[in-house]
Amino acid sequence: MEIKLLSEHYDKPEFQGLDGYKKLGGYEPLKKAFQMQPKAIIEMVKESGLRGRGGAGFPTGVKWGFLPDNGEPRYLLCNADEGEPGTFKDRLMMERAPHQLIEGMIISAFAVGSHKGYIYIRGEYNEPTAILQKAIAEAYDAGLLGKNILGSGFDFDLDVYQGAGAYICGEETGMISSLEGKKGQPKLKPPFPAVQGYLGKPTIVNNVETLAAVKYIIRDGADGYRKHGTEKSAGTKLFSVSGNVMKPGTYEVPLGYKLMDLINIECGGLKPGRKLKAVIPGGSSAPVLTAAECADATMDYENLAQKGTMLGSGAVIIIDDTNCMVDMLKVILHFYHHESCGQCTPCREGTGWLHKIVSSIYSGTGRLQDIDLIQQVADHMAGKTICALSDAAAMPAVSFVQKFRSEFEFYVREGRSKVKGAVDAQV
Amino acid sequence: MAFSQETIEFIKKECQRYETRRSAILPCLYRAQKEDPNNQVTPEAVAEMATLMELPEVQINEVLHFYTMYNKKPVGKLHVQVCTNISCSMNGGREMAEHLCKEFNVNYEEVSSDGRYTISRVECLGSCDTAPMMQVNDKYHENLTKEEAVKLLKDM
Repeated sequence: MEIKLLSEHYDKPEFQGLDGYKKLGGYEPLKKAFQMQPKAIIEMVKESGLRGRGGAGFPTGVKWGFLPDNGEPRYLLCNADEGEPGTFKDRLMMERAPHQLIEGMIISAFAVGSHKGYIYIRGEYNEPTAILQKAIAEAYDAGLLGKNILGSGFDFDLDVYQGAGAYICGEETGMISSLEGKKGQPKLKPPFPAVQGYLGKPTIVNNVETLAAVKYIIRDGADGYRKHGTEKSAGTKLFSVSGNVMKPGTYEVPLGYKLMDLINIECGGLKPGRKLKAVIPGGSSAPVLTAAECADATMDYENLAQKGTMLGSGAVIIIDDTNCMVDMLKVILHFYHHESCGQCTPCREGTGWLHKIVSSIYSGTGRLQDIDLIQQVADHMAGKTICALSDAAAMPAVSFVQKFRSEFEFYVREGRSKVKGAVDAQV
Repeated sequence: MAFSQETIEFIKKECQRYETRRSAILPCLYRAQKEDPNNQVTPEAVAEMATLMELPEVQINEVLHFYTMYNKKPVGKLHVQVCTNISCSMNGGREMAEHLCKEFNVNYEEVSSDGRYTISRVECLGSCDTAPMMQVNDKYHENLTKEEAVKLLKDM
């Protein structure tokens, strides 16, 4: 069953505006936060067990704790460059509940001692950008942003910055490069952004959903938040479900929720007559699960890691038996090849080779040894580059080939898909 | 073509908005593209931006060529961007893109003879639950069939 914290009021149009948001309890947690010591807020976020909701799943409070105490200005950046294929939960939040993100950011800025924040949003999100800008203007007019917020003595300025179509800017150091007006190329870590980020200053980068969740941790306390989810995966999570289900959409469930319940209860199951073939549980870079593996999968960091995959951004792509896995992998690899920023050779070349090899199989000219070549190329990519994009291409490639090898072999032998009707005159 | 007075004002304002002037490059490139009759950023526009922003052209070109949303060649009045990433492909996005090219008699990334349409296939637009979908200029159009997409575009 859904448990709605972040998405509780999504269905109320008035929640988008400041008045409606306040009537439904908005900005009360901020007042509560201002009564606390910033360090106590950081401790509370640590105790809550909140982990980054953008993909990497790093504990938020721990990340905040990495900031050096050196008197330099600190920046708080919201990562709204939602680009992992299959993910759309942040867009929905920014459209339906922009103040929830702004409030989460003010609280977080207060906790980490930042006086300037940016929401870095992807270029294609024009509508959410306009909604956010309006909400920020409302917040300034109401004294919720700017100098001496609500008489607390705390100053915080917030602005929105639009990217221009580059998946790599979702990687935090790539995002910082982009915000500095450069190519969005990631930087080698360490130094981590908390030490040297935007303009070389200490910088915290958190995802939209992560920052919004902070508001609910303050409202309900660390224990209140931990009531949802599992011991190690605390709280609720927004899942973007798409693909072959009756009711695709964004669903908020406690972490540890059964994958099959998410499919069958929240999403209304598969189309009549179709059979589940596979699920990508955490965005296109997450290794694929077979239907058999899905049977006992739960949606939390630990269970999915045990199964060799990951929760990622919470983008769940449901694949039924009408899909050809060779075709799907080709689509995924085209994406990573297109989005490689080009600075590391294993990624720039590797993503291209993987796409070429799978395209060759797809067009009927593949050789049996090409299937093993995929694995070999992937071995030269994972863990060998500045950022994780290379891994993000290698991981699905390896998992598709390992788990659906017979489909790849059939395609090579027969020069066509094993799945009837799946690949007709595709491009 | 020189920038309009409003665009010059916009660029000057953006240069003051962020901690460094360089951060203004992305928003100013959008502005230059919007003002261009062919919805693109020309070398002349880059040169004018560089003068106004007091930045080397190479810094602007670096951004222009890295990001996909800046057009380096002419684009039709309606820039139709069809998502062909995974969830959209599973729901007919690729067929929809093909159909639009046939219907408007234009190849991908080119401008139709009447100057109205450019069809592009693009990566995930974050609208996977409403597949297939397309972005036309600034706006998303979701839960489409290929016939509906054609009608929508003809009526614009």
